[in-house]
Amino acid sequence: MNYSNLLKISMNAILRNTFRAFLTMLGIIIGVASVIAMLAIGQGSKQSIQDEMSEMGTNMIFIMPGDDRPGGVRMSSSELQSMKLTDVEAIKNECSAVSSVSPVVNSNGQAVFGNKNWPSNIYGVNNQYLEIRKYQLASGRNFTEREIKTYAKVCVIGRTIVENLFDENENPVGQTIRFGSIPFKVIGVLTEKGENGMGQDQDDLILAPYTTIQKRILSITYIQSIFASAASEDLNTLAIEQITETLRQTHNIKSTSEDDFSVRSQSEMVQTFTAISDIMTALLGAIAGISLLVGGIGIMNIMYVSVTERTREIGLRLAIGGRESDIMTQFLVESFLLSVVGGVIGILLGLVSSQAITSILSWPVVVTPASIIFAFLVCSVIGIFFGWYPARKAAGLNPIDALRYE
Amino acid sequence: MSQPVISIKGIKKDFKVGEITVHALRGIDLEVEEGEFIAIMGASGSGKSTMLNVLGCLDQPTSGSYWLDGVEIGSLSKNELARLRNQKLGFVFQSYNLLPRTTALENVELPLYYNNKITSKDRREKAIEALHAVGLADRMHHMPNQMSGGQQQRVAIARALVNDPRVILADEATGNLDTRTSYEIMALLQYLNEKGKTIIFVTHEHEIARFMNRSVQFKDGLVARKDNFEKRFLAAELLAMMPSNQNLI
Repeated sequence: MNYSNLLKISMNAILRNTFRAFLTMLGIIIGVASVIAMLAIGQGSKQSIQDEMSEMGTNMIFIMPGDDRPGGVRMSSSELQSMKLTDVEAIKNECSAVSSVSPVVNSNGQAVFGNKNWPSNIYGVNNQYLEIRKYQLASGRNFTEREIKTYAKVCVIGRTIVENLFDENENPVGQTIRFGSIPFKVIGVLTEKGENGMGQDQDDLILAPYTTIQKRILSITYIQSIFASAASEDLNTLAIEQITETLRQTHNIKSTSEDDFSVRSQSEMVQTFTAISDIMTALLGAIAGISLLVGGIGIMNIMYVSVTERTREIGLRLAIGGRESDIMTQFLVESFLLSVVGGVIGILLGLVSSQAITSILSWPVVVTPASIIFAFLVCSVIGIFFGWYPARKAAGLNPIDALRYE
Repeated sequence: MSQPVISIKGIKKDFKVGEITVHALRGIDLEVEEGEFIAIMGASGSGKSTMLNVLGCLDQPTSGSYWLDGVEIGSLSKNELARLRNQKLGFVFQSYNLLPRTTALENVELPLYYNNKITSKDRREKAIEALHAVGLADRMHHMPNQMSGGQQQRVAIARALVNDPRVILADEATGNLDTRTSYEIMALLQYLNEKGKTIIFVTHEHEIARFMNRSVQFKDGLVARKDNFEKRFLAAELLAMMPSNQNLI
């Protein structure tokens, strides 16, 4: 029997019962669509983290007071105050792999302008902070060394602050806003950055000289954390080593004692998040895969019922010259077609629903060709695997009994 | 005279039912010449169905030999038997066995799908020809459920004809039909027989057997009686005599 005949016989058999064929395929359609959509969500979140990495630069390093090693509570308030400006100076002077460094102190409170107000964070930093965090100025200017030295009440604000405090056509630069009770003159506005990988708004911030925040808002002399950037991505490890060494010296830590600070790099964080999103993708995929498996069992179920229901047809085919292998192949091709056609429809539905997820929930989704090929292959395998047993049952029928089957 | 189309010598067929062995056929000899129209008769359990299965190459005998068109089937594999059924035999069943939701034409085409040598164009042409031969040219695209029993049986006959078989095997082909329709089917078979088709017709009705040249009666797995009918009944004549409210032929 040639293959076009075989294909035609199987097609006819499926088309004879279109509705049932559709119901059978439904399991596969939903299974494949959900696999595609779930993988797309997983890949999308991974992709957006990676995009962010390249946007932020992988060479960002943050230094926080306190040792983050697990093994008990060791956060004392004195430890949290262990970082001084001298640390920043030391890093700047002694770490050759570090290109920029900025102290960070922050406070939250209410930003007020005119009759509008907005709860936000104010960050006290130096003028290298923009460079480290890859922020850019949309208008105005960054603050100067002189303004840092003189505790100047100036600030650079993010897009979200502009939107919430100013009217649309108002130019914020040159205006004075209040943060808490302190007036700050807006000297610059940052370009929009959007949300970061964890959904935090990166434009909801006010930057001011750290001296101003330390003295006028927090009344402290220590700093809360340090942001630095390695001269290049390759120098990350070296920079971290140098910073650790420098800080151990300035903090007078004995070689036997543990650090009272922790140094983390952006790329480390990204790796962690990527690993998490990989696990999430695998988990989502596995759950969707189960529905695909259920779909496959649905096909086996229907094919099995179909063999019983079509016993006389099988008897007839055997009587008029169909070989056992012809019958076997016919039923295999039927289940294969059901699952592959279901798979193709499922892939299309998966693509559509991925798009819908992006446009309705604005989640980032990425449909990779690999996931499509994977889904298609799985369908083909399911079709043959779950079609095998019913097909063998059909081919094994005795034509005499099958013809007389009631 | 050339060799017989079917030649059977000492055929036996045993079935094992649990511990007991049932002797369904206990030594049958039979020859069927080309162009014969022969009835195989007998009550239930007489072995006539088993005989038909053996004749139809659906079952192989326990012992004895069976030549179909010069081929001894005892030595053939399952696949070779399937090919034989496809090319040398045509089946007509009591319950028609048409595929549901499939047009008459496609039903008739079915056996040709299992023959590699036939192109799709030939397949269509031969099927149309066969439907013409059974007088159903105008019902080609009807589904089985849109046709009467008699019409469905004609589609089945067309399906048996389409591969131009050496022998047509009919198993109680009129069993589900009323008298009038039975006669119509018999008239069709007689017509095909006159055109040279060899037909073996299994039935338990003596009346129906009288439409054939010859009958073989089975009893307890043996041939009990052989009759030759000098003058067979002509179904077309009987039909003409019947009071007709509708003439389907």
